[in-house]
Amino acid sequence: MPSGSPRPTGSHGRQPVGRGSLVALTIHELRGLLEAKQVSVEEIMQDLLAALERLNPQLHAYIAVDAARLRAQLKGQSGAPASPLLGIPITIKDNICVAGEETACGSKMLAGFRPPYDATVIERLRRAGAWLIPRANMDEFAFGSSTENSAFGVTRNPWAVDRVPGGSSGGSACAVAADLAVAALGSDTGGSIRQPAAFCGVVGLKPTYGRVSRYGLVAFASSLDQIGPITKDVTDCALVLSVIAGHDARDSTSAPVGVPDYVSAMRTPAKGLRIGIPKEYVVEGIDPEVRSAIDQAIAVCERLGVACTRVSLPRTSYAVATYYVIATAEASSNLARYDGVQYGFRASGNGSLMDMYVNTRTEGFGAEPKRRILLGTYVLSQGYYDAYYLKALKVRTLIKQDFDEAFGQCDVILTPTAPTPAFRIGEKLHDPLQMYLSDIFTISANLAGVPALSLPCGFSKQGLPIGMQLLAAPFKEDVLLRAAYAYEQATEWHTRRPPLSAT
Amino acid sequence: MGVVTPEIVKQVAFLARLRLEGHELATFATQLDDILQYVQQLQSVPTDQVEPTSHVLPLANILRKDQPSPSLSQDAVVALAPAQQRPFIAVPKVIEQ
Repeated sequence: MPSGSPRPTGSHGRQPVGRGSLVALTIHELRGLLEAKQVSVEEIMQDLLAALERLNPQLHAYIAVDAARLRAQLKGQSGAPASPLLGIPITIKDNICVAGEETACGSKMLAGFRPPYDATVIERLRRAGAWLIPRANMDEFAFGSSTENSAFGVTRNPWAVDRVPGGSSGGSACAVAADLAVAALGSDTGGSIRQPAAFCGVVGLKPTYGRVSRYGLVAFASSLDQIGPITKDVTDCALVLSVIAGHDARDSTSAPVGVPDYVSAMRTPAKGLRIGIPKEYVVEGIDPEVRSAIDQAIAVCERLGVACTRVSLPRTSYAVATYYVIATAEASSNLARYDGVQYGFRASGNGSLMDMYVNTRTEGFGAEPKRRILLGTYVLSQGYYDAYYLKALKVRTLIKQDFDEAFGQCDVILTPTAPTPAFRIGEKLHDPLQMYLSDIFTISANLAGVPALSLPCGFSKQGLPIGMQLLAAPFKEDVLLRAAYAYEQATEWHTRRPPLSAT
Repeated sequence: MGVVTPEIVKQVAFLARLRLEGHELATFATQLDDILQYVQQLQSVPTDQVEPTSHVLPLANILRKDQPSPSLSQDAVVALAPAQQRPFIAVPKVIEQ
């Protein structure tokens, strides 16, 4: 495997000027060029719009692109020269509120909704000098693992267009991989940042629950949701996290915990870290190529002076069942607000108020939201609450205890991100349980609230990316990034570009 | 054998303010039954002495100073509603004659 070879110039080894698409560069590369005045924000914009025109019709990473609005945004662009993201475009998933920009959560229910306020992460990105590219495609209300459930069409995988990009942040991951975005924000409730990052060959981080404010994120499951970055490399992940992390008084589940300098922390050598390999993650159904890529990744870590030991997370096999009770219960409650009154879609007709509610919800929600609302309503209903919901909350306690114990023996846990590389479009669409089981390795991190990151660790024989997942104890994103950066420096997976990209 | 019948799906759909057609009732009944059968495995986990976790952070009773600050204007909020009779949001009649 390509490890240990000297790094080419620039983390991606791509010539910045004279020149491929600027959108193919990382944030840290573009910041260098902008500071040296070798490129301008206008040139980045031109490259981005050209790439979108050429590739978005085929990949559908974005639900819609409004070139005139994007250009207008640059006119109001300001920020101190030291702003960490000055002049950098950041792509935004369709469920994060951007004031005045359509934010529809991939659903007919919110089609045309223009929020009157910015999410906290958006405020922070603006303050850091970024400009915003809204409307990365997603599964409706973030319900899905393939982006096939969007009400606005399917996103394709740039490595193989007959395959899914993963989900629910499939648009964000596809855009970053295909150089239709420099970096993006996604959201992750059960793997929705990490699994698409793995399927598209990019880096994705779900922060610790409470690390990043959820204010302005359209709610799916409030005890599990987190916003996080999807980027071309680990350095960019640390850069974006440093901007969006931190306490927010408008989110009562936001943690009052200080934010370290993740970029400096990341550069601390990984030697001396202890990596745990959970034996429960070698399960039936895991693709042999994924298993072999993970084994090779472990070997790379050992060469870096990282001690790899076996750990146990004995309740792993209950995670998917626990998750689909808790997540659907919370979703059915959160989605009760879509009643056609205050905002969003309202069905036409002259019936009673009750008729209006029922018609609005029946016409406005697609099949997957209906399935989850029904399941959530069922497990919360009288007579089933103790057997399903309360039971799942108790098993959640045990799953969290497993992590607490494992992190007594290691600093970072290493697993595959997904049991297989990207599956085919349509393959799991009519079998919800199979679709849910594709999240088997990512779901525990949301239940336990721990941070988890996916980064590229190989390719299948068919040329599909394979991702590995690193997990750390709560608020130990610095340790996570340190391990990920060391691995990335020793390998070249992140420098590969898909056949369909704007490079 | 399935515990979720089309009749149960219909009742749950009513609670959730959704209307389902005959074939949807049957499909959802089968799918929800599959999922709930899978979820049954949780019953085999001993949890007698285990507290439930509804939330992972050790945070409770988050308070802030009760200070007035600007909020959204009535105009901005009502403008979002799908039906309006300014300055109000319009809905079908709530109280029957």
